[in-house]
Amino acid sequence: MLVQILFYAFATVLMGSALGVILSRNPVHSALYLVLAFFTSAALWLLIEAEFLAIVLVLVYVGAVMVLFLFVVMMLDINVEEVRKGFTRHAWLGWLTVFALVAEIVGVVAVKQLGIDVTKAAVPVAADHSNTAELGKVLYTTYVYPFELAAVVLLVAIVAAIVLTMRKRQGLKLQDVGAQVATRREDRVRLVKMQAERRE
Amino acid sequence: MITLQHMMVISGLLFALSVAGIFINRRNVILLLMCIELLLLSANFNFVAFSRWLGNIDGQVFVFFILTVAAAESAIGLAILVVLFRKRRSIDVEDLATLKG
Repeated sequence: MLVQILFYAFATVLMGSALGVILSRNPVHSALYLVLAFFTSAALWLLIEAEFLAIVLVLVYVGAVMVLFLFVVMMLDINVEEVRKGFTRHAWLGWLTVFALVAEIVGVVAVKQLGIDVTKAAVPVAADHSNTAELGKVLYTTYVYPFELAAVVLLVAIVAAIVLTMRKRQGLKLQDVGAQVATRREDRVRLVKMQAERRE
Repeated sequence: MITLQHMMVISGLLFALSVAGIFINRRNVILLLMCIELLLLSANFNFVAFSRWLGNIDGQVFVFFILTVAAAESAIGLAILVVLFRKRRSIDVEDLATLKG
């Protein structure tokens, strides 16, 4: 019963924050609503005993991606009113799509073709069952190559993001270490032959 | 008691809302990226739910990879957005019509 109450509470907050993301005027508010949506999703995943992914969702999304979003939103000086012009022009198309999608999903859920009863609760797991350990066992054996590929994808993303946003600023005084190291004696010191001069 | 149906309804509603968000906020690139994040989240909901109800952990491994790719995607998307803003001083999708004949 408690689980059900928690489920409905979190689901309501999730839907409200999703509405907040798509409807709020200020991009910063949208980003903060998205943070709330990720937190409540993590709570829902905890309720269905997927602990590891719930924690990863909070760490990766709230900790990294949303901070990046907020950083970009605050760094760019966006004229909100300018961007919001024509907001209602396509709204009817949006809501039409929502109703069509909901109708389709209800149709799919009503069909029940997977051979499982969708109206049944999941098989409860044992008290000492560790979702993280089970996931780790699969991740480092069967899926070890995809796992390493994921690491490469992240590396490529880091390199791409840095290369895209790095720029040479004009008039910036920096030391060029390569040029310093490559300097030879002849570039800096010039020996001049001259007669010795008598000291007065 | 939470049933698979509950999770599927949540996932479907979230998906529908984020698609609506893409239609509604079609001028603001940052909000488009946020809506895509919500879309991926709703897909992840389905993966986690089916993984749990079918007793197969592979679905959760898949969610792990989706999270990785989504993080990479948003990092690159935001980098492109920053470069775009520097060049054009605007993030309006309708200003990006250079290739239009």
